[in-house]
Amino acid sequence: MNSEHNPIEAYPHWWRLLFGRFTLESLPLHEPIVVVTFAVVALGGLAILGALTRYKLWGPLWRDWLTSVDHKKIGIMYMVLGLVMLLRGFADALLMRSQQAIAHGGAEGFLPPHHYDQIFTAHGVIMIFFVAMPLVTGLMNFVVPLQIGARDVAFPFLNNFSFWMTAGGVVLTMMSLFIGEFAATGWLAYPPLSNIAYSPSTGVDYYIWALQIAGIGTTLSGVNLIATIVKMRAPGMSMMKMPVFTWTSLCTNILIVASFPVLGAVLALLTLDRYVGTNFFTNDLGGNPMMYVNLIWIWGHPEVYILVLPAFGIFSEVTSTFSGKRLFGYASMVYATVVITILSYLVWLHHFFTMGSGASVNSFFGITTMIISIPTGAKIFNWLFTMYRGRIRFDLPMMWTVAFMLTFVIGGMTGVLLAVPPADFVLHNSLFLVAHFHNVIIGGVLFGLFAGIYYWWPKAFGFRLDPFWGKVSFWCWVSGFWVAFMPLYILGLMGVTRRMSSFADTSLQPFFVIAALGALLIACGIAAMIVQFAVSILRRDQLADLTGDPWGGRTLEWATSSPPPAYNFAFTPMVHDGDAWWDMKHRGYERPLQGFKAIHMPKNTGAGVIIAGIATVFGVAMVWYVWWLAAISFAGAVAATIIHTFNYDRDYYIPADEVVRTEDERTRLLARAVANAPAPAQA
Amino acid sequence: MAQSHTAAADDGALHFYVTDDEHGHAEGGTMLGFWLYLMSDCLIFAILFATYGVLGRNYAAGPSGADLFDLKLVAVNTSMLLFSSITYGFAMLEMDKGDQRMTQRWLAVTGAFGLAFVGLELYEFAHLIHEGATPQRSAFLSSFFTLVGTHGLHVTFGLIWLVTLMVQVHQRGLIEANRRRLMCLSMFWHFLDVIWIGVFTFVYLMGSLK
Amino acid sequence: MVLLSPSGDVALQQRNLLIASTVLMLLIIVPVMALTVAFAWHYREGNKKAVYDPSFHHSIGLEVVIWSAPLLIIVALGALTWLGTHLLDPYRSVSRISASKPIVSSVGDPMVSGKPLVVQVVALDWKWLFLYPEQGIASLNEVAAPVDRPIEFRITSSSVMNSLFIPALAGQIYAMPGMQTRLNAVINKAGNYEGFSANYSGAGFSHMRFTFKGVDEGDFSAWVDKVKKEGGSLNRADYLKLERPSEKEPVRYYNAVDADLYDAILNMCVDRAKMCMHDMVAIDARGGGGREGINTVMRLTYDKAVRRGTGATQQATFVTALCTPADAYGFGSTSAANAKAAAATPRLN
Repeated sequence: MNSEHNPIEAYPHWWRLLFGRFTLESLPLHEPIVVVTFAVVALGGLAILGALTRYKLWGPLWRDWLTSVDHKKIGIMYMVLGLVMLLRGFADALLMRSQQAIAHGGAEGFLPPHHYDQIFTAHGVIMIFFVAMPLVTGLMNFVVPLQIGARDVAFPFLNNFSFWMTAGGVVLTMMSLFIGEFAATGWLAYPPLSNIAYSPSTGVDYYIWALQIAGIGTTLSGVNLIATIVKMRAPGMSMMKMPVFTWTSLCTNILIVASFPVLGAVLALLTLDRYVGTNFFTNDLGGNPMMYVNLIWIWGHPEVYILVLPAFGIFSEVTSTFSGKRLFGYASMVYATVVITILSYLVWLHHFFTMGSGASVNSFFGITTMIISIPTGAKIFNWLFTMYRGRIRFDLPMMWTVAFMLTFVIGGMTGVLLAVPPADFVLHNSLFLVAHFHNVIIGGVLFGLFAGIYYWWPKAFGFRLDPFWGKVSFWCWVSGFWVAFMPLYILGLMGVTRRMSSFADTSLQPFFVIAALGALLIACGIAAMIVQFAVSILRRDQLADLTGDPWGGRTLEWATSSPPPAYNFAFTPMVHDGDAWWDMKHRGYERPLQGFKAIHMPKNTGAGVIIAGIATVFGVAMVWYVWWLAAISFAGAVAATIIHTFNYDRDYYIPADEVVRTEDERTRLLARAVANAPAPAQA
Repeated sequence: MAQSHTAAADDGALHFYVTDDEHGHAEGGTMLGFWLYLMSDCLIFAILFATYGVLGRNYAAGPSGADLFDLKLVAVNTSMLLFSSITYGFAMLEMDKGDQRMTQRWLAVTGAFGLAFVGLELYEFAHLIHEGATPQRSAFLSSFFTLVGTHGLHVTFGLIWLVTLMVQVHQRGLIEANRRRLMCLSMFWHFLDVIWIGVFTFVYLMGSLK
Repeated sequence: MVLLSPSGDVALQQRNLLIASTVLMLLIIVPVMALTVAFAWHYREGNKKAVYDPSFHHSIGLEVVIWSAPLLIIVALGALTWLGTHLLDPYRSVSRISASKPIVSSVGDPMVSGKPLVVQVVALDWKWLFLYPEQGIASLNEVAAPVDRPIEFRITSSSVMNSLFIPALAGQIYAMPGMQTRLNAVINKAGNYEGFSANYSGAGFSHMRFTFKGVDEGDFSAWVDKVKKEGGSLNRADYLKLERPSEKEPVRYYNAVDADLYDAILNMCVDRAKMCMHDMVAIDARGGGGREGINTVMRLTYDKAVRRGTGATQQATFVTALCTPADAYGFGSTSAANAKAAAATPRLN
């Protein structure tokens, strides 16, 4: 939409009243890539909707999933959301890699800058907010209550609502692909570029409202999980007996609650600049764009640790389980986590040493950044010495863990390098930086999430994932990562900067071609993963986990069945040791077979879907300046919330005989497991 | 938790699960959760205060606080909010006594004070905008309107919440769930009071100094 | 790899720091990677000869090593960082021409003739304007500097954030509207080097490139003469046309540059109707413009935003320029205001 005239001016007044600034020109019919994508998405969507209708699944879907307040189901929905968005974010990555592989020496490639700029912005936003965050939140939601022996989270309804707010953010982001456009500003939307004078179209508004709506969900889910961990641990589980994943989750959620409001506030200020004409981040009338950069990174740096701490927790659980050993240096692991949590607030300025803050300020923030590598290094050593004198089983979660250790240290090293201000002056915004943060986010966060998915999948669904296709995926991913990002390190050292849609210098092209090949390898890894999910579902009987403890686990989630019953534990476990379930197994725990009572549980409710849905409509109305709809939907969201508070009937009892039936079924499964074979993983 | 743990130690045998209590639901979780929410809200105000701190003297050759603020009006306004906090306290005392009628009365008085506060603030804003001192005029005015306005929005939502709770207490009485909700609103209301003390000092008093 | 073999002394020192830090970190990274592979292989389940000791999960001695080894590395690196950051502060004049050539000889004579060459840089949408205040010339998308003479860049931007980066010469620094940043550097080898914006600034960003010419002293004079001979004029009106967004602009020279142009750009008052930032800051420092200041704003057509989105020219509000007795028609700031500008210009540091 480069036209010099504004198409809305050709529309009559009533149209503007009704549809705001939406025009038929807002539909990107002239962009073939987008049209084809839309056709594919629409067909796929119709197929799914058709199947749901054909097999009469709408009712069960609504009752058992969409309105569910069960933390396990919400966790799984987060994971599905994150994996679907991974496909979208990765499609963006493929487009960028191919564009940069082609557009050299005068060739402009197949993506004009206006389109390319939206793609790299969307890629960053989606991968951080709608892939990494949902996957991390999903795993925490699923695992933490089980690990601490609880029946649900502290606020089950809020949990459902948080999920749907995140989904609302996803809807807005996806919508921008087909109606209007997404921000072309880079994923943090620095003003003045993102302000109304330089980005007048819908892009930044989609960005603002998608993040604002999803951010509310994330903050509330942070509150929820902190309260859960603090208040709902099983008796005997003192803080220093908490599983490491629970510890890292606690720290992550503290970071969420202490940083996402900053994001919300700074986006709200940008919103006021764009909608009301205030002067927070403008060039004129006293505004200060550097304020935005400071504020957004005060959220942005803790965000990095929000993502990586749970991954560290996963690696700790996996290393100790598959090495058949207690985690080495549990206490120092916990202290390292806490130290990282605190330090993550003292480093934000390292993202803009080059704004001229002066040598003393720069070196302060550079050195605090380096200090974070000390507890991180300690963690690496702790995993290393957990493996030492262990008996390591190389199942998929452990393979991802070793790949992580070898990959992440390189990313950590280049990170510390970027923390040296004079080095950052030459590397800032270069492809070296791009390679660095992909090295830690893929090599750290994503590898961790994969390890977690393979590790807890049997717990969630009652069968393991097929190891063959898992290994194909693993090798494609890991080698693909190295092939895709090593050239970027080199290009960075050649002084190539990021966010370029074309290059004058043809000598760079071979490196970009290699990087594109790496991206293709990763695509194979993703394809193999999808095949793996399909194959595993088909072979679920052979891969079944009857015991509920397929890996020889050490923490409480393995004490219950796979998948766990709605109430998680028929009787709340009592904890005597850090590795509670390991301790129970080794000190003669016998599963209770009688004496079951009715169990008090929260009731499902549609309120979360409805309120979040209205909030999403509000977002759309604001993006398109449809003021009547914005007013109605805002009032509607408030009204729906109030109506929800009039519902006092929020819980019910699972009757004792149903508990008995469920537990008897488990008894039968366990007997079958014993009959089948000596449990293979019970090392 | 501690009780069941010591119980296990008392009889000497190892227990791996609890048979007697209804565990697994957060006790006092709501209060903790609401506290956490308030802290996150506090952070939003911290950002707005910081923004005001950075931009509060960027008048863009326009008017400053000393030119614009009517301290007498703000003093009256402040007293409205302070009184409303006290009357909310009375409502909570009556709630503890279990006197529903008096609780409702004090809540109504609180609401009236809150409404007066919001009304006076709207009057102040309308007056400033009418004079031309709009949020668009300078970064100082942008950050002033945003900080004070965000607080006012919070009070407005507090009022909506208050009315909702009064209806709910009327319908169901001072049941456990309603008491918990009144406690939450109480924390919210006093929190807004504390924020206002900051606004009054930092924005109005210090801003009125030449 | 230009970052590893740069041609300017500052970039060279930055490279040395880069290499030193990498080596320092490899001291710990390499053993960790080797141990990871070794442990993973040796303690695999299939290797029954390996010791299996599940009780080994705590060791005070080992933990001390685990925490102190990275600590020692970071202490060394931190010291290096503190020194390097201060020595290579882009705001600080270069302390030497190159490792073998100090600025001042051992007996105290200046080894370099004259002061540093001052180049004022303006990041425009999407091209670079370089002004030479001493020579009274300016050039678009090309900048030249003599070999072995310190250069002082003073950098600002007309609309959004950019970053001035000449990898062969020195590290980058942001260019921001209404603010001035500085970069001190020196080029040691003659040649044409690439320069560009290293901070994304919109649709024309990819083509926001220029050539940095490192030339001998004599060639520099020849270049200046060429600019003077071939160049056109660059007054305020020309600049306002130039700053409108455009891409792939050819190299252009200017020989008649308004003396106060850079100052006006920096203070965002090239359009004389607008109040200069330094005036605004001075008024604000005295407590603002009072109630009378409420209406000193006007709407101007804001054509820097053209081609940035759906809209044509946008209306935006600005504070109007001051009307003083010495400048009753608001045509320009007085020399007194100019003197004040240096003190009041809002800039970093």
